[in-house]
Amino acid sequence: MAQEDTNVIDQPEVMKPRMVSIEISGKKYDVPEGITVIKALWYTGQEVVRGAGCLGGFCGACATYYRTKDDPKVRTCLACQMAVQDGMSFTIMPPFPARKATYDIQMLKDPKQDLFNLYPEAPLCRNCNACTEACPQKIDVREGVWKAVFGDFKNVSEMFMDCVMCGMCTPVCIADIAPNLVALYVSRAQGAHFAEKPQGLETRIQEIREGRFNAEWKKVLAMSEQELADHCATVK
Amino acid sequence: MDIHALQQIVHNTRDARRKQTIPKFSAADRDQLIHKYHPDYRPSAYRPIRFGPNSSEKTVVELATLLEGDSLIQDDVDLTPDYTTDVLVIGGGGAGCAAALHAHGAGAKVMLATKLRLGDSNSVMAQGGMQISVAPEDSPVTHFLDTLKGGHMHNDHDLLKTMVDDGPAIAKWLIDLGVLFDRQADGNLHVKKGGGSSKPRLLTCSDYTGLEIMRVLKDEVLSQKIQLIEFCAAVELLSDENGQCSGAIFKDLDNHRYVVVAAKSVVLATGGIGRLHIQGFPTSNHYGATGDGLCIAYRMGAKLAHIDTFQYHPSGAVYPEQLVGQLVTEGIRSEGGQLVNAKGERFVNELDTRDVVSSSIIRECEEGRGIRTMSGRVGVWLDTPLLDAEHGPGTVEKHFPAMLMQFDRFGIDISKDPVLIYPTLHYQNGGVKIDTNSETNVKNLFVAGEASGGLHGRNRLMGNSLLDLMVFGKRSGLTAAGRAGSMKQGKLTVQHLQRFRADAKQHGNLSNVISPMVLPAYTRKES
Repeated sequence: MAQEDTNVIDQPEVMKPRMVSIEISGKKYDVPEGITVIKALWYTGQEVVRGAGCLGGFCGACATYYRTKDDPKVRTCLACQMAVQDGMSFTIMPPFPARKATYDIQMLKDPKQDLFNLYPEAPLCRNCNACTEACPQKIDVREGVWKAVFGDFKNVSEMFMDCVMCGMCTPVCIADIAPNLVALYVSRAQGAHFAEKPQGLETRIQEIREGRFNAEWKKVLAMSEQELADHCATVK
Repeated sequence: MDIHALQQIVHNTRDARRKQTIPKFSAADRDQLIHKYHPDYRPSAYRPIRFGPNSSEKTVVELATLLEGDSLIQDDVDLTPDYTTDVLVIGGGGAGCAAALHAHGAGAKVMLATKLRLGDSNSVMAQGGMQISVAPEDSPVTHFLDTLKGGHMHNDHDLLKTMVDDGPAIAKWLIDLGVLFDRQADGNLHVKKGGGSSKPRLLTCSDYTGLEIMRVLKDEVLSQKIQLIEFCAAVELLSDENGQCSGAIFKDLDNHRYVVVAAKSVVLATGGIGRLHIQGFPTSNHYGATGDGLCIAYRMGAKLAHIDTFQYHPSGAVYPEQLVGQLVTEGIRSEGGQLVNAKGERFVNELDTRDVVSSSIIRECEEGRGIRTMSGRVGVWLDTPLLDAEHGPGTVEKHFPAMLMQFDRFGIDISKDPVLIYPTLHYQNGGVKIDTNSETNVKNLFVAGEASGGLHGRNRLMGNSLLDLMVFGKRSGLTAAGRAGSMKQGKLTVQHLQRFRADAKQHGNLSNVISPMVLPAYTRKES
């Protein structure tokens, strides 16, 4: 038993469990310290329909504004990825009515120029950097918008690979740019128009179409269960 | 003890472990291990379903109860349609988007309905990648054999051949839509080796493969202006006088009204069941993974396959508490991350199939070689710093930015310190039985993605889910659309409920539960 006891990770919230006071959309509650923001909603008896999605930090449904005790700075987080602390105040961001341009990505003739037709506000960035500060994924959003405008689509697509489309960059923009939507367009254009076409993939599609594997298929599909199991065991 | 003190053994044994190779288990040993430790083999967790198409077959108690559950809908419901469409897609994840886009592309009138937002799904969280045999030394046949072996030879051969043959064309479709798969220096697709696979075959977008695919597919659904209703949960299917599917009834989660949709065909792409927390397991699944599609399809008379087997992903986070159940991607093991017990020893080939690796972790923990947390959990170490040691500093940061950020939010740098993991409920291996066009035994009812069954056998191979979604999403969408022109809209009835309720009554109608569940009951009632 003594040996096992040395094999336990200390957890402050278990050693000294305590309740903390928080404010959810302006209303005060006491909740256990350290639970996630989304769990605090459930703990305080709220039914959650909007504001929860993957619960794993990938879908952006639970974008949240929060402030910690005595700090004037309002910050952003994903509610499923943030622990509550004493004096914290938060509210889940409602869906923001940003305009998404519609396009047929494959039919674009000049994607770098088309950006200005689809999102004419994109070049109007006034460099306030609020979008970058609002990003819970730590993307340099402002830099990305500029790179998009200057046609560096490859760099933008790499910078925004972390983007969960939570949209927190949008309400703060004084030029009414929706940077996440601009970056999404740019990334798709990069993939569909500027990334090299993988030759090996074309070859494989052709091989399948021309029946290159038919003989092997015929052999495999004619096997008995036992023969197939034995054959599988030889595949290394 | 302080976590850093416990992690020391991983740091201290790293160099000794680096050169060590652990052979995979023999077939006999692996069967023995799985039978002893895998949660699929705990008889007390299972019971027979009492009635319906899979009567007397066993599944987990949580699912059996819901399958036998009653419908919200009564016979006197008003079935005047609010919407009429050719193809109704239920579910806004990968399979649903693929189905909607292909049906729309084929000229059908399409409606996509989802109970949360478009894209809220497990697909968006898929990190490990997508298996497609694109490498010259690989082939669809090898992909077939690897998958069959991983599924313990129980996979439906026709479904599996269809998936592996369609794979490369799916990759091309996604690339043409703008998905940015990782590339080699020569411009070809970069492939990684996944657990249980004999060849490198995983296409990836760093560790955001699912997110990248879903960003693009969502954007395409919106750009194509496909009719969309969000926050509407399917609560019942509609049948015509011949028992064929003719639409569905939804409950609008905002105003609680019913929404009736008449459709020539329905594609159920409702995903899995992780949020039922079967056997008390935490889950990696999204908020809506409550098996709704299984329940409503079952009441319609659709037969289920392999619903007694589930996938427990080997590496669910155990610490910190806020991340419990969430995935630590298998990609880390693909790149050489080792599993280490409390004594600093490896105990399994990390690239064996998920059921084998999970069973080994459970064995280590049950036999006292796990590391416990004060909140009563147990796990083993995943040596993440080994990746930087092996492949150079910055490897973890470059290849696993999502993982790095997730733990960094709680003050843990996974490039410097190992993480504690234990199996987490990840995937339902089975589901509604389908044919190669994704159709069920109920005519005009299609099922695609995790909600369907047969393809993966008794254990899904890593990276095969994303491909499954795309291939059978596409096939269901195209078949449903192809049929729309030559058929009339069927009558809207809930006659199948009369048969279901008569069956339930005959068998004691014991469950007293309304299904589908729609959302898990996490909201605390009065303490």
